[in-house]
Amino acid sequence: MEDIRKFLTTRVLMLESDTLPPETEKVLGQIRRDKTDRPVIFLSTGTSSMIAGSERTRSALRTYLNDSETEVEIIKVGCTGPANFEPLMAIQLPGKNKLFFRNITEEKVEPLLNGVFHNDINHDDLVGQQGGTGFELWPGIPFLCDHPFFSHQKRIILGNCGCYNPESIEEYIARGGYRSFVKAIRHYTYEEVCDIVERSGLRGRSGGGYPTGLKWKQALNTSSTSRYLICNAKESDPGAFTDRLIMESDPHRLVEGVAIAAYAIGSSNGIVFYRRGSEHGRQRLQKAIDDAREYGLLGHNIFSSGYNLDIVIRQEPGAFVCGEETALISTLEGKRGMPQLKPPYPTTYGLFGKPTVINNVETLMNIPVIMQHGPEWFRSFGTEGSPGTKIFALAGKGRLSGVVEVEMGTSFRTIIEDIADGIKDGKKFKGIQIGGSSGSFLTPENLDLTVDFEEMRENDLVMGAGGFVVIDEDTCIVDMVRYYMEFMRNESCGKCIPCREGTGRMLEILENVIRKPSDEESVTTLERFKGVMQLETIASVMKDTSLCGLGQTAPNPFLSALRNFREEFEEHIFDRKCRANVCRGLRTFVIDVDKCTGCTVCAAKCPASAIYGTRLQPFFIVEEKCTGCGICYDVCKFSAIIIR
Amino acid sequence: MSAEIESIMKKYRPGRREDLIPLLQEIQDENGYLSEDIIVKAGNFIGLSTTKIYGLATFYDQFRFLPAGRIIIRICNGTSCFLNGSQNVISKIREETGLAPGQTSRDGLFSYEIVTCMGGCTRGPLLTVNDDYQLNVKPGQIPDLLRKLRYIAEND
Repeated sequence: MEDIRKFLTTRVLMLESDTLPPETEKVLGQIRRDKTDRPVIFLSTGTSSMIAGSERTRSALRTYLNDSETEVEIIKVGCTGPANFEPLMAIQLPGKNKLFFRNITEEKVEPLLNGVFHNDINHDDLVGQQGGTGFELWPGIPFLCDHPFFSHQKRIILGNCGCYNPESIEEYIARGGYRSFVKAIRHYTYEEVCDIVERSGLRGRSGGGYPTGLKWKQALNTSSTSRYLICNAKESDPGAFTDRLIMESDPHRLVEGVAIAAYAIGSSNGIVFYRRGSEHGRQRLQKAIDDAREYGLLGHNIFSSGYNLDIVIRQEPGAFVCGEETALISTLEGKRGMPQLKPPYPTTYGLFGKPTVINNVETLMNIPVIMQHGPEWFRSFGTEGSPGTKIFALAGKGRLSGVVEVEMGTSFRTIIEDIADGIKDGKKFKGIQIGGSSGSFLTPENLDLTVDFEEMRENDLVMGAGGFVVIDEDTCIVDMVRYYMEFMRNESCGKCIPCREGTGRMLEILENVIRKPSDEESVTTLERFKGVMQLETIASVMKDTSLCGLGQTAPNPFLSALRNFREEFEEHIFDRKCRANVCRGLRTFVIDVDKCTGCTVCAAKCPASAIYGTRLQPFFIVEEKCTGCGICYDVCKFSAIIIR
Repeated sequence: MSAEIESIMKKYRPGRREDLIPLLQEIQDENGYLSEDIIVKAGNFIGLSTTKIYGLATFYDQFRFLPAGRIIIRICNGTSCFLNGSQNVISKIREETGLAPGQTSRDGLFSYEIVTCMGGCTRGPLLTVNDDYQLNVKPGQIPDLLRKLRYIAEND
């Protein structure tokens, strides 16, 4: 172990030239497992694979290997991206290409391995093969990169995800890691690093897309005794899971990104502000930081360059608003996480009054590759104004979901039709919601828009945390807007009135819209209409007068839904109908007298006691009593209950 | 218990406000919740009044001021789980236990929390019972699940 460390630090990281001598390359190849003499199994062990049961798969694997006495190495890797394929397993036989198999639950382990070791591969679970030069091809098996889920992606940031053991710093260094950082601190000045990043055209990946290099320069040019670099890893938007995947699958690249960014602004303090409730990723990141410290990549006088840096993880205490820059700083200072008025911007007056740069995980993940390949290389991806790639957390009703990375300039149609492979269960596509709780809705007509900061801004879309939710005909837009509004109401910090009162009022009005009509008297009907009339005004006031980004963007889901799905709102308001049959209050259930056998199951289960009848005779539902919960619909074995 | 809290406090330097949140987080991880005693103690340590600390701790979702139940159920209400019907599961749990999110039942058995996105977006609605995942939960399964958990807890 000691020898490897010495070898990697002196022969690889400290190396002056860019190309490695062949004998060094050979050792690195061994660490990367380019040549193996025994089979290697790569089992994905991220959160989404653990939910799918990868731990059970691993113990089944162990039992199988013990019983059959085969010598096989099992490597725990992070998730690769497609959540539907979990637990994803890759098998590499000596000298042959890697084979990827999907959904390997515990009972599938034995037949699968029997097949692979005896050259009789089960094609049902096969995703594809992957390999490089010098490996033997599997005949008749498609390549993983030709799989539609992967072929339309451009994996720069996710390139390492699922390929190496995230708990091993040796493998990361063998894959070229930390060399950019060492090069930066030994050969470049602060300004030069800022310059390189500025020339690459990298823009902050969440929110407004502010040029990263420019932000760094502002902090660097503010004179101060100390500066801070904060990595914002607090993704708590509903349906955002990209940062978590990155930290579970490739924590070292993030550490390197933080380190380079901290160097570029001349800061000796890096802080990773980590989300709560994702222990697995935190442990891996902590291990990555500890290992880096052991290798001398963090600490005092790093690689004799005279530069000191330490990175600490701070766990967020659970408030959505802490994701906002100034609120995040307040939290780190030990105060209530409430946003402050800007300017002064954090780059001039941030944490403890010192210049502070806050970048999110995705932005920082780009830094090591930019330093490695140069700004021109990075500019060759994406569009003129927004170079590079963008990660989305694809979720919802698409056939495939997971974390995807596309080149800037890719149309939304590609993401939904090719990568997500259309809609699950042959349902009709209704739209997408992009940007998380402060994002907007897109209709099928707008799908030719592309992922690009300018184009999205012109169309009132925000990148946000990269949420990308596919919606089908079974989803009610009004209900979804209500869901986002409820989230915002709960998470509003309460500092400024437009946001605190506005979110509450908007939620109230939306709840009125989907409330059961039979409860209504004429006065309440008038109240409801009055609310509906004011909804748009409230939204625009909130947008104009809220203090922070959270409040300003809170009405976004509503405004865009109203613009794009106006007829659905009108149906709810005027016809009191929900076309997706989701809104409880607007559903009425009736019993089909021809199909009802009088089995009494629905009457027994009805929580409102709204179903009456005699045994073995058709039953009936009393509409006034019915709450629309739908339990009877679920329990009826004869499909005798119809939603009207 | 107080000895452990003393030892946690020893790790920090007194009077530094920026240490308040990590300190409270660590104490809660050890103790399960923040009692009045602890808050007074933490206030003396950091040099802040008790009201300020209450004000801060109540602002954040993480801190609880009553012990959690023996069985903690966490339900995912991320967008994907929401689209797959997590609202119905939540209202069913609410109906069955009579608790609001974050509350603990009187016998100290159940408490439930709503979280946003646990990462199992293709297998929702998702819930965890003491960190054990349950996938594709239907509202109809909730009464049985609760009964089973109660049985296990009572005969443990």
